[in-house]
Amino acid sequence: MRARPAWHVATVTETRQETPTAARLVLDVPTWPGSVAGAHLDVRLTAPDGYQASRSYSIAASAPAAPGTPGRVVLAVDEVPDGEVSPFLVHDVRVGDQLELHGPLGAFFVWRPGEDDRPVQLVGGGSGVVPLYAMAAAHGAAGDETPFRLLYSVRTPADVYFADELAALAGPSFTLDLVWTRKAPDDRPGPVGRLTRESLAALTVPADQRPRVFVCGSTGFVETVAAWLQELGHAADDIHTERFGGLT
Amino acid sequence: MTHHLDGNVLAGALSEVFASDVTAARGRCAGCGQTSPIAEAMVYTDAPGLVARCAGCDQVLATLVDAGDRVILSLAGLTAVELRR
Repeated sequence: MRARPAWHVATVTETRQETPTAARLVLDVPTWPGSVAGAHLDVRLTAPDGYQASRSYSIAASAPAAPGTPGRVVLAVDEVPDGEVSPFLVHDVRVGDQLELHGPLGAFFVWRPGEDDRPVQLVGGGSGVVPLYAMAAAHGAAGDETPFRLLYSVRTPADVYFADELAALAGPSFTLDLVWTRKAPDDRPGPVGRLTRESLAALTVPADQRPRVFVCGSTGFVETVAAWLQELGHAADDIHTERFGGLT
Repeated sequence: MTHHLDGNVLAGALSEVFASDVTAARGRCAGCGQTSPIAEAMVYTDAPGLVARCAGCDQVLATLVDAGDRVILSLAGLTAVELRR
């Protein structure tokens, strides 16, 4: 099933702090058709003078509308300082506010259960983990036994998105590896520093197992990791990438 | 270095033009002949519109300008697009 993208009016039902710089928004969307894990949507804001700005956000979780029940969409939005859209979504949006959404979007950076029995390696940097979390959650919900592994590069323990949800997903077919770039947890001291090619090699499914690899993060992170993966023997066609902004 | 994203970000704008998602389709670059998913193109969003360039050779593959009541799409740098049914 592939839902056609359309415009939707969403109502904010919950906002909460996700990390020191990001908010989680839960939206009711009466016309939402559901979405494949990894898909995104565009949020469009319109100023009183008619000026419009739209930005793309990965869908962390969603459920289709059913008779008597609106659809539900969960987003996690990181604030881009001086941005046109994200500061509003992180600081100013209130429960009951309405937002215009266009989606679900994207058929490239997506994962569907049962599609392929090769192992899956997810590599996320910062808020780039959001679509990867959606894939891991879909994998868990489907009871899919394809081996999944997530390597998550993040500044500090407080900056981990969906920390409780990811910890709860860990099990025989889902492994979570964290790389701390600024500060490790106090109770689990470990190495601190940027991801290196050596740690990438040590903490990911080896190329000889032909994993499908999904990489999401800032442009610099994605291009560095994708180049290392190819050096480690992964075929370019096995590496799916999605870059996000810092867009203002 | 100019900031760029990738072709995934084109999905919304292109869905107004094409019946199915084009970002997962493979396109052939008119500059170098490389065939790769549209999602892997480098997309510059700081022009007045969206500019997609080949990740291999920097050739402009496509431009897309939202002019309010019109959308102006050029695919001049793509010699072929392979869509899955």
